[in-house]
Amino acid sequence: MTRSLKPDAIVIGAGIVGAACARSLAADGLQVLVLEAGFAGGGTTAAGMGHLVVMDDSPAQLALTALSCDLWRDLATTLPASVEFDACGTIWVAEDATQMDAVVEKQRVYREHGIASEILSATQLAALEPNLRTGLVGGLLVPGDAVVYPPRAAVALLEGALANGATLRETCRVDEIRDHAVRCGTEVIEANVIVNAAGAEAARLTPALPIVPRKGHLAITDRYPGFCRHQLVELGYLTSAHVMSSESVAFNVQPRSTSQVLIGSSRELVGWDSSTNRLMLRQMLDRAVHFMPSLADLSIVRTWTGFRPATSDKLPLIGPWTSSAGLWIAAGHEGLGITSAVGTAKLLADLIAGRVPPIDASPYSPMRLANSVVGVS
Amino acid sequence: MTSHAPHEQVTITVDGRSLRVDAGISVAAALMNAGVRAFRRSVTNTERGPLCGMGICYECRVTIAGIPHRRACLVTVSDGLDIATAAASAL
Repeated sequence: MTRSLKPDAIVIGAGIVGAACARSLAADGLQVLVLEAGFAGGGTTAAGMGHLVVMDDSPAQLALTALSCDLWRDLATTLPASVEFDACGTIWVAEDATQMDAVVEKQRVYREHGIASEILSATQLAALEPNLRTGLVGGLLVPGDAVVYPPRAAVALLEGALANGATLRETCRVDEIRDHAVRCGTEVIEANVIVNAAGAEAARLTPALPIVPRKGHLAITDRYPGFCRHQLVELGYLTSAHVMSSESVAFNVQPRSTSQVLIGSSRELVGWDSSTNRLMLRQMLDRAVHFMPSLADLSIVRTWTGFRPATSDKLPLIGPWTSSAGLWIAAGHEGLGITSAVGTAKLLADLIAGRVPPIDASPYSPMRLANSVVGVS
Repeated sequence: MTSHAPHEQVTITVDGRSLRVDAGISVAAALMNAGVRAFRRSVTNTERGPLCGMGICYECRVTIAGIPHRRACLVTVSDGLDIATAAASAL
């Protein structure tokens, strides 16, 4: 058994969350080693849509996503063009009067938290997004939201870590977490701080973690310049995301910087089966066409699936975990990992350094869900 | 093309210019005969043109009758058909 030179911190996983954590820990002066089973940004990160959105399923979700969107905007000017940061904003689309009431309430909550938004009438909505169907009653424009190309965003964050002396080892699969150490095959590497940022696979290494893979499908079209200009999401999206027990689809499209249109979303709990579920894909595309009929005329060039790391209460796990000494968790972000990565890294680095985080970190404490059963909410 | 007399022709529009072409041929053939080589632009803005000629490679895409990304090799010319190539389109 070999023993390697001891870093201060080992981050397991070079997805966007691990990359962001490595960057923040390295900025704090820690000697960071990142261990990635595949290649950086190549897992769930590469499968995701890449939205940077404020979400208000719960006050804690709102606090973390709002903090993260602020941090992303601060970062934006430093990101290379390959990250494709596009401050396109989000429009939440309302289909009926009840949903329009929800738009008004959403704006009230956002305003309370200092997040800019603008209520759109049916006419304003149609003017901004002419390819939406007629008969919609309005929407809520959140101009501060943005999109990025997730795998490149993860690499950009990692480069920030490497610039501060961090080391990345790809195709290095961690087999076991021990007290202040990890084992990769026959190699044991020691560090004071171990961060499990293995996303949907975090529970493989820390079996008591309440994280399950929640499968999603995405489709991307050929290039259609100007087809849509904002990220568009139906008001019912949060309901679709919130309910863990059943399959669901929700309308969510994004304009990409290549002029392609990215179409989501679906949610299923089917273990690690990555095959395309043609029925789910059909339902997802039907839902999208229901909101944007002319989508049906566009050519889809690729579809794929990915696994969100889901927890039962829709909040990530950020903080210490007591199953082994020195272990910290930064995982379980479900569909908000790209958004929340930088806020998560800020909280984790503050907690590890003994600083007071900018928002209350207790709602994300991994211990809150100890012994909980995921999938039954 | 046995189904068409050699002298039978139709008028198509290519990037705003009228063009008389033989009836029964593909849009790709009509464009090639007219000297068009840049059918479309890639995502990195390089010029692209037909490769396989049988609908597989998607290299020959042009905007036909306002619909982008149609494969020129699979569409037969017809009177009044409006075609936009890389010279007139961002795609």
